[in-house]
Amino acid sequence: MAGRTLYDRLYDEHLAWTAPGETPLLYVDLHLVHEVTSPQAFDGLRIAGRRVRRPDRTLATADHNVPTDPPATPVADPISARQLDVLDENCREFGITVFPRGHENQGIVHVIGPELGVTQPGMTIVCGDSHTSTHGAVGALAFGIGTSEVEHVLATQTLPQERAVTLAVTVEGELRAGVSAKDLALSIVATLGTGGGTGSVIEFRGSAIRALSMEGRMTVCNMSIEAGARAGLVAVDDTTIAYLLSRPAIASRHDRDQLVERWRSYVSDDDAIFDREVVLDASQITPSVTWGTNPAQVVALAGAVPDPEELPAGPEREAAQRALRYMGLAPGTRMRDVPVDVVFIGSCTNSRLEDLRAAAAVAAGHRVAAGVRALVVPGSHRVKQAAEAEGLDRVFAEAGFEWREPGCSMCLGMNPDQLAPGQRSASTSNRNFEGRQGRGGRTHLVSPAVAAATALVGRFADPREVA
Amino acid sequence: MLAVSVLEGRAVPLRRAEVDTDQIIPSAWLKRVERSGFGRGLFSEWRDDPAFVLNQPSYQGATILVAGPHFGIGSSREHAVWALLDYGFRAVIAPSFGDIFRTNAGKQGLVVVPLDSADVDELTDWITDEPDLAIVVDVEHGRVEVPARGWQRDFAMDDWTRQRLINGWDDVGLALRHVEAIDAFEDASTTPSLAGLFDGSGHLV
Ligand code: SF4
Repeated sequence: MAGRTLYDRLYDEHLAWTAPGETPLLYVDLHLVHEVTSPQAFDGLRIAGRRVRRPDRTLATADHNVPTDPPATPVADPISARQLDVLDENCREFGITVFPRGHENQGIVHVIGPELGVTQPGMTIVCGDSHTSTHGAVGALAFGIGTSEVEHVLATQTLPQERAVTLAVTVEGELRAGVSAKDLALSIVATLGTGGGTGSVIEFRGSAIRALSMEGRMTVCNMSIEAGARAGLVAVDDTTIAYLLSRPAIASRHDRDQLVERWRSYVSDDDAIFDREVVLDASQITPSVTWGTNPAQVVALAGAVPDPEELPAGPEREAAQRALRYMGLAPGTRMRDVPVDVVFIGSCTNSRLEDLRAAAAVAAGHRVAAGVRALVVPGSHRVKQAAEAEGLDRVFAEAGFEWREPGCSMCLGMNPDQLAPGQRSASTSNRNFEGRQGRGGRTHLVSPAVAAATALVGRFADPREVA
Repeated sequence: MLAVSVLEGRAVPLRRAEVDTDQIIPSAWLKRVERSGFGRGLFSEWRDDPAFVLNQPSYQGATILVAGPHFGIGSSREHAVWALLDYGFRAVIAPSFGDIFRTNAGKQGLVVVPLDSADVDELTDWITDEPDLAIVVDVEHGRVEVPARGWQRDFAMDDWTRQRLINGWDDVGLALRHVEAIDAFEDASTTPSLAGLFDGSGHLV
């Protein structure tokens, strides 16, 4: 009999109830909650007179609409302020630990889980946010859910869940110097397309994945959803273990050795068979940038805006034409000639310490180009503190970047950090959908190093240009 | 959730591929703590355009949306489903859907109807020419019909989702029937919880 994939093992281990003809109930080990997708779920509990089954498996943080001004500044938008208050009230009422704005553990939900060490191999993790796939980097089955499902997990600690299709994305070889995990993630999404992973859980494999840091693996898993996949996974190895052992929630545990022994087993069997496999050559990947309005519309930074006429007639060509109209770009324009108004370094894709270091290394000793607004938004208070301890805040400030408080910020523009209509951004986030960063805003997804270089030059730029 | 077994109504041709949930309901609408009132935000970035299909008088009151491939990709926001329902849609027909969107729809009673691209194109052309054309979405038999054209197509839906839609079953109530199995699972589990990790103000102990 063929071996099991990591996904199948995680799924099998969490089946709490099954019956023929009904969707099985999958047990949830950790439920992460934030202010935007939870209020209606808590309301549902109240209406039905239900309680939260496992407050000790539930953790909440404010992130999506917190302003990134200093914590003492009031939340100007009354609807956002209310939503943040409602999160606190709900958590108090139902006995859930919550990190409000300004709290030392507060940050983007997908940054704080791994960084605290509450995200562990072998777990099932859900959150009312599609980028929950990020936590798969530690060998956990982690996926995003809707608000009805949030309510379901709050009430039952389970979810009805059918088995997904397994997809191996194998990346062999070495990334070239100056090519980052973000460029790899964009290439994977471009290869699979926005629907290529639908119904699947991706396991990222191969020597190029093994060589990535945990931060890099998180960046890659984060963008699984942009290829339509439910979740992304990376098998546990020494990199995973070393990362986890230094996490605050784990460093103090007495049963560390037992945990580590168990964690090591969260890998796919050597003879496991995946339903599908896609292979990429890491050495072919270059610094990349999106040109359109979905994350699969990717081109090399050194390349040009593609011509929709070269696509087959049909929805794909129409989508490309619509995207170029929205983005205000003409086919054939070299990406390096496209000027930007705003640079955003942040989001659960690229706001960890390693990302900020990469951007700071490019920015050091230079100045942001005239007319460009550049924001750096650390993913969490812990990231912010660690960066400040290294002096990254000063590097950014001296170069003319704004150093802000943690949150989702301009990734989705629910707080005041937004693009104005027609403004163009280079953004380290994960979605370039129409209006995502503000109504009429035009978003191009890039890596932290490319974002920093772009801020300095004022056009899309390769970090090597400014070295 | 809303029970639905057979739906008969008029349909709107959206003629767009890869409509993501940020388009269905932009994030500015996500600050609300209620579950209703999202219909006004549906496709709000596009609704300023008088030529946008939802603004055309001939499509007012339609209950079925016909869209291009990969409808509902992107964010997990269930608000997208609430917005479609609140606006008056009860079913979406498209060649393919985002996974989380499809799940969310199933929780609320919005019927997701996957059909082949060619069939969706044909339907789109018909309702463009004839906004009054009656379309039937038969959940019970997994079938879409256009009686005036003698046209019918089967669509895939798993039996469990079908049962839940027809009966309007609440998932949480269904799961709580199995609370003993959940108890037993928890008793056997050794996966660490957060117990004892944080103090009452969320600081690590
Ligand atoms: S940073 Fe962006 S993608 Fe990540 S959780 Fe926040 S809004 Fe979602």
